[in-house]
Amino acid sequence: MDLGSLLQYLITGVTVGATYGLTGLGFTIIFNTTGIINFAQGEFVMLGGMLGVAAHAAGVPLPLAVLLAVAAATLAGALMERTFIRPVAKASAVNLIIITIGASILIRGVVMLIFGKDTFALPHFSGMEPIRFLGAAMLPQSLWVLGITLLLLLGLKSFFSRTMWGRGMLACSYDPKAAALMGINVSRMAMASFMISAAVGAAGGVILAPITLTAYDVGILLGLKGFAACILGGLGNPFGAAAGGIILGVLESFGAGLLSSAYKDAITFVILLLLLFVRPTGLFGKGSGERV
Amino acid sequence: MAPTRKNLLGLGAWTLLMALTPHLLTNDYYVSTLIIGFFNAIIVVGLNMLMGYAGQISLGHGAFYGLGAYVSGILAATYGVPVEAAGLIAIIATGLIAWGIGIPTLKLSGHYLAMATLGFGVIVSIVFNEAVETTGGPSGLTGIPRLTLFGITMESDLSYYYVTGLALTLVMALSLNLIQSRLGRALRALHTSERAAEAVGVDIARYKLFVFVLSAVFAALAGVLYAHYLGFAAPSSFGFHFSVTLLVMVVLGGMASVWGAVAGALFLTALPEFLRAFENIETVLFGGILILGMMFLPSGLAGGTAKLTRALLGRFRVGARRV
Repeated sequence: MDLGSLLQYLITGVTVGATYGLTGLGFTIIFNTTGIINFAQGEFVMLGGMLGVAAHAAGVPLPLAVLLAVAAATLAGALMERTFIRPVAKASAVNLIIITIGASILIRGVVMLIFGKDTFALPHFSGMEPIRFLGAAMLPQSLWVLGITLLLLLGLKSFFSRTMWGRGMLACSYDPKAAALMGINVSRMAMASFMISAAVGAAGGVILAPITLTAYDVGILLGLKGFAACILGGLGNPFGAAAGGIILGVLESFGAGLLSSAYKDAITFVILLLLLFVRPTGLFGKGSGERV
Repeated sequence: MAPTRKNLLGLGAWTLLMALTPHLLTNDYYVSTLIIGFFNAIIVVGLNMLMGYAGQISLGHGAFYGLGAYVSGILAATYGVPVEAAGLIAIIATGLIAWGIGIPTLKLSGHYLAMATLGFGVIVSIVFNEAVETTGGPSGLTGIPRLTLFGITMESDLSYYYVTGLALTLVMALSLNLIQSRLGRALRALHTSERAAEAVGVDIARYKLFVFVLSAVFAALAGVLYAHYLGFAAPSSFGFHFSVTLLVMVVLGGMASVWGAVAGALFLTALPEFLRAFENIETVLFGGILILGMMFLPSGLAGGTAKLTRALLGRFRVGARRV
């Protein structure tokens, strides 16, 4: 095993892992604000990729198509919160899980009806001429993925620590009742959390689409991997989720390269199950007591 | 009426209806549809107890169904193990796997179990697809022998119908009994409030685990019956899509209702036979059922109908009194 191929696995892993991290970040944002695990998170990622492809195929220039896809997914997130989540805000956890599963199937079904079951590709943002160094090759798209992920992370960090909205959402995560008493509109924050996490997920989906291709059913696996990233980093910790995603992506890429590519997807879930068994608070998480 | 007597009457009526139905059907094809419906109903009764009574959710019951089918099928087809023994081993093995998965995840709250079972289901699906030498890979396992019980092979569809119907009836009777027992009361208590149940001495972890394993065993039983009926098993029958279909059946039938579970399973198994364009709109329809069901009919069709009847009767009585 030479340095070149090891580096190659690392690059692939970090690139794909960044998307898992963004998906995980989406889970975290909604969970922190509303306490809901949104099983439709993977569908937002799928929507990003598929809508980007659709817009580009309709003749919209690539950068605009990317923005349109993210905007449309954001709208879908808002719509989902408004129509399916808000009316049943007080439902039990199991019922809410079933509703988000229903929403994910509904989104997948509608996309399948409109675009069919084919696999689609989006053009690379700036060509396919690989950048070579130390015996490894890197697609320019990988740089796009890493750059945009980093930008989104920084943007979200300053959003949550500096803006009124971000702080309001954080307040909801600590104690929704106290937040409401302080004059924060908790239900508006819930909608905002769905919109932001849909936008983040869709951005991840549309920047990865040129590398991994996209189809109506990619959301299931991506959603699961994003959730695994959350658990790895500790549920509720946004930077843990991003780091967890990258760790997962790298493990998966090395596992596929060194062990077996057929079982590539199983690696993540074996890790997820082991984590749940051994350390459900994640690598960076602290154990937390639950109030009765 | 005492619940036990009501259950006995219900089961009696069900058995009679089940026994007569094949003679009322004009087309043999409907018999095979009903057999498949019974497989699904066996799984859904277990899943219904897990969701409705224990308040836990599983997105991996398709995998338990598949494990039952594949383990029994491989043992019988590849290694020549007698069908009865192969089926029994498959059911016990699946139960043990569920037990191993259940211990750590059931300690956590709902969404962890949902994700863990979803992940488990995906792993099992990948193994079915990739372990080509053992499972036949994506094209499936063939040459599984027909079910044999006490030396009699269930060749005809009608005999298989009665075997499956009997299995379903036993599963229903067992479940109805369990719900009336100490376990059922404990489950209802922990569904209402885990803390209160724990405080009065209910061992919640043990009860949840028991129901989880029981529901996996039911799924494995259905899987064994499936494999030795069709003589064939392919990974696509046991994947995520099927696990979601099971979930839709539970929600449609109504949580915490054995009768609702059977009704939901039979209805959704028969539905595609009547809707020609079903294949394309199925996904959208299922999503819609899950969402609308949870939003407007959280107790399912069974609970909703019961509520409606009560409300109508109540109005009628009130009206009568006023006169």
